[in-house]
Amino acid sequence: MYYNHIFLSIDWALFIEKLVLIVIVVSVSLVVAMYSTYAERKVAAFMQDRRGPNRAGPFGILQPLADGMKLFFKEEIVPSFSSKFLFILGPILAMLTAIMVSAVIPWGNYMHILGRDVSLQIADINIGILYIFGVLSLGVYGIMIGGWASNNKFSLLGAMRAASQIISYELALGIALIALLLLTGTLNLGEMVHQQKDGTWNIFKQPLGFLIFLICAFAETNRTPFDLPEAENELMGGYHAEYSSMKLGFYLFAEYVNMFLSGAVMTTLYFGGYDIPFFNDAHLMQTLGANWLAIIQGIVLFIKISLFIFLFMWVRWTVPRFRYDQLMNLGWKILLPLSILNMLVTGALILLKQNHWHF
Amino acid sequence: MEALTNRLKPVDRHKMSLWERIYLPAVFKGMVITLRHFFKRKATISYPEQVRPFSPVFRGLQILNRDEEGRENCTACGLCALACPAEAITMECAERKPGEEHLYREEKYAAKYEINMLRCIFCGLCEEACPKDAVYLTETFAPSNYNRNGFIYGKEELLIPDPKTDPEGFAKARGSRINNPQGHGNEH
Repeated sequence: MYYNHIFLSIDWALFIEKLVLIVIVVSVSLVVAMYSTYAERKVAAFMQDRRGPNRAGPFGILQPLADGMKLFFKEEIVPSFSSKFLFILGPILAMLTAIMVSAVIPWGNYMHILGRDVSLQIADINIGILYIFGVLSLGVYGIMIGGWASNNKFSLLGAMRAASQIISYELALGIALIALLLLTGTLNLGEMVHQQKDGTWNIFKQPLGFLIFLICAFAETNRTPFDLPEAENELMGGYHAEYSSMKLGFYLFAEYVNMFLSGAVMTTLYFGGYDIPFFNDAHLMQTLGANWLAIIQGIVLFIKISLFIFLFMWVRWTVPRFRYDQLMNLGWKILLPLSILNMLVTGALILLKQNHWHF
Repeated sequence: MEALTNRLKPVDRHKMSLWERIYLPAVFKGMVITLRHFFKRKATISYPEQVRPFSPVFRGLQILNRDEEGRENCTACGLCALACPAEAITMECAERKPGEEHLYREEKYAAKYEINMLRCIFCGLCEEACPKDAVYLTETFAPSNYNRNGFIYGKEELLIPDPKTDPEGFAKARGSRINNPQGHGNEH
């Protein structure tokens, strides 16, 4: 009887609403990741005075589909000396952790559908940032396990590089975030966006913190100049050297999903999330209604994220790769002290403000 | 030691200033450069749809010419095969029968005429050797095929369309080269 009681008390409308939202968010992230590969090739081409893919469909927009098809039809190779279970688990974990971040990002305010206020955030948890951090640190397991299971020294080297790099930069990232948390006083991402909507964007309060966060985000997503784990010319692809077919596709895809979602996280934390700049949301709410506003907010959020994705690509095709000791020097000797300094100064200023600027 | 040239440049090993050690200004400068290239006009052309203009003396695949009445010019004299340094041309001759005057211009014609495009070096000596205005090099180039046999072009590939049945194809196949006096060295 007890179970029956629980069963009846489930809010089925909420359940369905969240399910639909999850499907939409996951498929949108995947489509964006897919077209990021296309955008990457186009951006690379344009920056190198080339034209990029333009044969599949008008302007080559079907290129990602062709690439995906190709990956699907490639032979699935599992090296005979690898541990098969871990070998398959690696790309799954990489993809899983990449997508899991999308759960706590507020994609818009709320919509009014069938008499219900539908929040456009899958899980409005009050420890949103901690959750992102947890998932991000899990992300390294996908790479580690994949590199380890390949039973190949290049893969292992790539995996080790990835692990130490991500762990090193996570410290500076976390401390840069603590300064932000001191300012906002909340771990809830939705709440943060609301604060930025009413006040100013956090980038203006935490410029140094944002810079550190941005640099660390490059390192966390394994993008150039920090793409040592998959350095093609040193490690033949690094941790995914032994992978083929869709397992390789998952690794490559996870990188783009990561890029998209770290763009989303940075937008949410520092650039006002779905806030429409130069417009008063409360005023728009009255003239347009909640649904249209939510759609516009979603579009604005996407524009902001796209700019971040473009930034990622822009930097990739400009800056050469770091050497490993330079990478470690930058992480431990520059970014970490800087972020601690940033945290201390922010904390001191907040204390002073609470004391009405008296020591 | 005295340098042989004045192009010697000593390696710059000065200690970097704080501004240089931040790296970010330099990175930003680099990004401005790549962005400028982003909006630059591309030198690439979309090849199969667009082609670059050739010089008037470009030498591509050969054709066998017809005269204005659609008769084959070639008399199978063999001078082109003799002139060919790559020995790419072979032919067999035949005698024109009564009633075939509308097909062949002279009493003798090439029953079989083959050019091996893999051997051909597109030097244009066949065109120069031809006394009958029959062989011309065109602007067509880079033929593709799945096997090497396909590169041996026979009369069906080489002969241009008949001007009586297909005047447009005839004009197109002759192109600018045959009417252009600069184009060939065998102008009589």
